[in-house]
Amino acid sequence: MVEALYWIGCGLTLLGALLTVVGAAGVLRFPDVYTRIHAASITDTGGATLLLLGLGLMSGLQFATLKLVIVWAFIMLTSPAAAHALANAAYASGLTPWIGEFRIIKGATPDAKKTGNAS
Amino acid sequence: MLEAAAAAILIAMVLMLVRALIGPTSYDRILAANSFGTKTVLFIGLIGFLFGRPDFLDIAIVYALINFVTTIALMKFFRYRSLQAPLASAGAESRDG
Amino acid sequence: MSGPLAMLDVGAIINGVLLVMLVVLMCAIARVRNLLTAILLMGVYSLVMAVWLTVMDAADVAFTEAVVGAGVSTVVLLGAILLTRSETAAISWKAMIAPGLAVLVVGGLLVFAAQDLPDFGDPASPANAYVGKLYLEMTGGDIGAANVVTAVLGSYRGFDTLGETTVIFAAGLGVALMLGFGERAMSDRERGRMPVNVSAGEDHVVLRVMAKLLIPLIVLYAFYVQFHGDLGPGGGFQAGVIMAVAVILHALVFGLDATMHAVRPGVARAIAALGVLVYAGVGIANIVHGGTFLNYDYLFPPGVEARLPDAAHHNWGQHFGIMAIEAGVLLTVAATMITVFYGFAGRSAEAVAVVGGDDTHGQNP
Repeated sequence: MVEALYWIGCGLTLLGALLTVVGAAGVLRFPDVYTRIHAASITDTGGATLLLLGLGLMSGLQFATLKLVIVWAFIMLTSPAAAHALANAAYASGLTPWIGEFRIIKGATPDAKKTGNAS
Repeated sequence: MLEAAAAAILIAMVLMLVRALIGPTSYDRILAANSFGTKTVLFIGLIGFLFGRPDFLDIAIVYALINFVTTIALMKFFRYRSLQAPLASAGAESRDG
Repeated sequence: MSGPLAMLDVGAIINGVLLVMLVVLMCAIARVRNLLTAILLMGVYSLVMAVWLTVMDAADVAFTEAVVGAGVSTVVLLGAILLTRSETAAISWKAMIAPGLAVLVVGGLLVFAAQDLPDFGDPASPANAYVGKLYLEMTGGDIGAANVVTAVLGSYRGFDTLGETTVIFAAGLGVALMLGFGERAMSDRERGRMPVNVSAGEDHVVLRVMAKLLIPLIVLYAFYVQFHGDLGPGGGFQAGVIMAVAVILHALVFGLDATMHAVRPGVARAIAALGVLVYAGVGIANIVHGGTFLNYDYLFPPGVEARLPDAAHHNWGQHFGIMAIEAGVLLTVAATMITVFYGFAGRSAEAVAVVGGDDTHGQNP
């Protein structure tokens, strides 16, 4: 039983780390601030949950498990709130989302004021 | 196992650093700094378990809190050019002193 | 887990990646002209340093670097550039030749001299073989603290720490004298000159609720770090800065005048002085009870310590002495950081508040 928990923990940790890498790749590849915020905040919080859960399962029940729960709670509280505040501030300052047709071309950056209703 | 996860988080940190350097708008950079901070929290937690020193989780907890404050400060500075004005509440025109 | 050989390679790779990140960050910080970006990147630089210090197993230093470098330092620097322009002037490359050569020469000399440094973690190096080894051996018997760093900082080298605390207090005084005590923001508000609500029309309910939730948790965590400094990474300095971060969060979300009504600037200055007084007072108490300055074995009057429970196995004098001076350090550091923040943020009432975005968010640096 303990062995099974250890290997499940390993799997969850790797999955969480993989999710984090995928999110970082998304932040690099997405065309617009809002999509980047979406990628970063979702994968950060989800990846952190999986990773901390995996670490907790790997190490068994000890005092450090309580600290892992606290880290998880703080990340769950602050990461979505910061993403919300950032998206709110970006929208209120005039950056409109790049809606409509987009292609990921090298060197193309979204025009900050264009609403782009091509489709 | 844990080394692979640590290496993956390190790669994610490097990718986020690239976004912090090239992001065309400042909101991209603030997002990258916030995300970099969260990944740092995870990395410190991981290497704490990797080195057999769960005391490092204290550093992770404190940075999870401080990351939020720094992001709010950067955002408030960039958006409102002021650190000392209150953030608005709905319907309130001014604060009673 | 894997054997030590695999861990060594991974360590070298981690060190290499972190070093490359630091170099790239430094080049970017030197190159960008927009100061907000520079401050952001300096915060990220401090984070990478904190990670590297953690990899090198220096937990207390990593703690302080993460909290001070990536936290308070960023906020205070933001307050500083509110008082000046937010872009540096352009420098022609011809003006950079002489300083560039000087940097290359000095850097080359440093790299050349670094070849002679002992290997990392070498037990036979002079730093680890003489005094370091003595501290590790004698801390258990003399002081009984589990965290040797706190024992060295608080007891063996307590006089240095008193000097550090006084320096922090003096720095806070210097900022307060030059930038004002922040009461100017309060009086401007009463005269109706301060922009009251730059974000009128927007609702920041999520941030306000989050701040109300997090501020008491941050203060509680500061106390945890303070009292846990004997057993793990932590101590007075880190706890003081974390406490100041809680006050800064309150000021960011609820406005500086609300924070100033809660933590008055005069009270903050008085607490800063009180911290140094507590620290030096402990030293004087030792002299009064028959010992030398800051020798905690003489903290209690003779005879009192023998009546404390388990006196033969516990160094109660050391225990309470370190607790008292850490409390002094907490008071001074927290109050000084708050005073510095009040000074910078309070002066920015004169800075123009731009509502609705500004001209820099579309530009490349």
